[in-house]
Amino acid sequence: MNILSVIVQRLGLGILTVLIVSILVFVGTEILPGDVAYAILGQGATPELVANIQERLGLDEPAHLRYLAWLGELLRGDLGTSLANGAILNDVIGERIGNTVLLAAVTAAIAVPLSVVLGLIASTRPDSAIDRLISTSTLALISVPDFLIAVLLVSLFAVQLGWLPAIANLNRVDGFLEYARVLALPVTALSFTVMAHMARMTRSAVLNVLTSSPIEMAILKGVPKWRIILVHALPNAIAPIINVIALNLAYLITGIVVIESMFNFPGIGRLMVEGVTTRDIPLVQAAAMIFCSTYVVLNLAADIISLIANPRVRHPK
Amino acid sequence: MVERVVMSLREARRDLTPTATLCLLIICLILLAAILAPFLAPHREGEILTTGSFMSPGEGLFLGSDYLGRDLFSRLFYGLRLTVVVSLTIALLAFLVGCSLGFLAAVLGGRFDMLISRLVDALIAFPAIMLALIVITALGPSIPVLVVTIAFIDSTRVFRVARALGVDIVVQDYVEAATVRGERFGWLMWHEILPNALVPLAAEFGIRFTYAILFISALSFLGLGVQPPQADLGVLIRENMQGLLYGTFTPLYPALCIAAITISINLLVDWYLRRNDAASPEDLQ
Repeated sequence: MNILSVIVQRLGLGILTVLIVSILVFVGTEILPGDVAYAILGQGATPELVANIQERLGLDEPAHLRYLAWLGELLRGDLGTSLANGAILNDVIGERIGNTVLLAAVTAAIAVPLSVVLGLIASTRPDSAIDRLISTSTLALISVPDFLIAVLLVSLFAVQLGWLPAIANLNRVDGFLEYARVLALPVTALSFTVMAHMARMTRSAVLNVLTSSPIEMAILKGVPKWRIILVHALPNAIAPIINVIALNLAYLITGIVVIESMFNFPGIGRLMVEGVTTRDIPLVQAAAMIFCSTYVVLNLAADIISLIANPRVRHPK
Repeated sequence: MVERVVMSLREARRDLTPTATLCLLIICLILLAAILAPFLAPHREGEILTTGSFMSPGEGLFLGSDYLGRDLFSRLFYGLRLTVVVSLTIALLAFLVGCSLGFLAAVLGGRFDMLISRLVDALIAFPAIMLALIVITALGPSIPVLVVTIAFIDSTRVFRVARALGVDIVVQDYVEAATVRGERFGWLMWHEILPNALVPLAAEFGIRFTYAILFISALSFLGLGVQPPQADLGVLIRENMQGLLYGTFTPLYPALCIAAITISINLLVDWYLRRNDAASPEDLQ
């Protein structure tokens, strides 16, 4: 099959996935028995007040029409207004999304190369002491909740030693060094879990390639080890490694939600948790759509890059 | 049957490495502590013993007091109990649903398999935490809602593993022989597929259990899981976070409890897979 048509097909699939995600987000928040009007009113819900709110929010209309209206606004870039305080969500989220992107980008920039290198080291010397060290320590790390690492880091570096702030306040921060100080703990905490998952999966992906028959052939022919890894194994391993990186973005998203809340970091992860607490449905919907679409788009990008990187796809028979 | 189980247990004991033994010991202790919590805990769960919050250990308070002056050591027992019970229920439920649907898809194939597999693909395209947050927004965080939601999310992963195992087994000669013999469908699932999928499934159960522990603890830590006055380990960390700023280690104890269970289970699963020379269930997805 032509590589271009494969890419077009994947793009179509990506758009379809985002659509399904939007249906799930909408159905999850609005059609499940928890009634929006009751959620807003809480204890003070009387039938009249409920009817009043339902009319104001257009909740008396059938669900599929409400979905289409919501989707239409979403596509036009209008995220709606918060139920909790009536704020325009575009402003609230726009203010914070940069911070979350910064946190995620810095974490990825540190964690991705490090974990790929760790995975490569472990996979090229399977069952050696260094492999066992990397495998066991990463296994222990993925078993540990991200907030344990965060709690340990805060108690050590912020409370006992007093070197770094425990709260990530970005308001009065300027200059690179200040940013680095504020971001140091959240980024480190996030990197640990993401790195552990990524290093393990990189190891098994590369090991998979290294035990394949073409590589075995190369070993039997007496090709030097560095040449096997660089020329024979790596081109075939790039695609699985990229997939591993994309898959781990899910851990990054979970991590962002937890770590932002832990450090009071002004990003959309914490905003979403606050939205869930106050049952601010439009806010949760908007944040969920942003997180999920990012995840789908990044996975799609990884998919396409690994297609292009895969020699077998690039040079079809 | 009993003899076979005893035999295989004896063989397993022979293969135990020191690490695996330690992990097994920790898991047994934790399960025992969870079951016997009301008898082992020196004080009642909600009993306020002193007026001092975050007091250092001593005077009958083995790990000091929590933010309300309650005995942290006793609260750990009860928190552990709730975490273990909730997570076990989640893992069992996820297994029940995921395994039956997975095997069913493998055996039936065709449109049924297609339909469920695509549905699972769509659900996995969703970061799990987002799905949980959405449902909690709509229904509020009560324990039944949390259990069903997390079990549902987990069952998609179990489905993939069970289906992959089932598909491999269904094409084996012995299954074909049984089909030709005219065995019924339920018999096939129970006597042919399940026993042959047992090793990876046992490993997967361990992984799902730790996953459920981590997930429910994270939600409780965020204030979106178990709600006070009930307290699981995640709640214990959340409510005592302030103590960190006073220089005590109060929130570290429940966090370390979680880590002890999850690390032990994962290392044990790792040992189990190596011993049986089986692939990790994660690779089956």
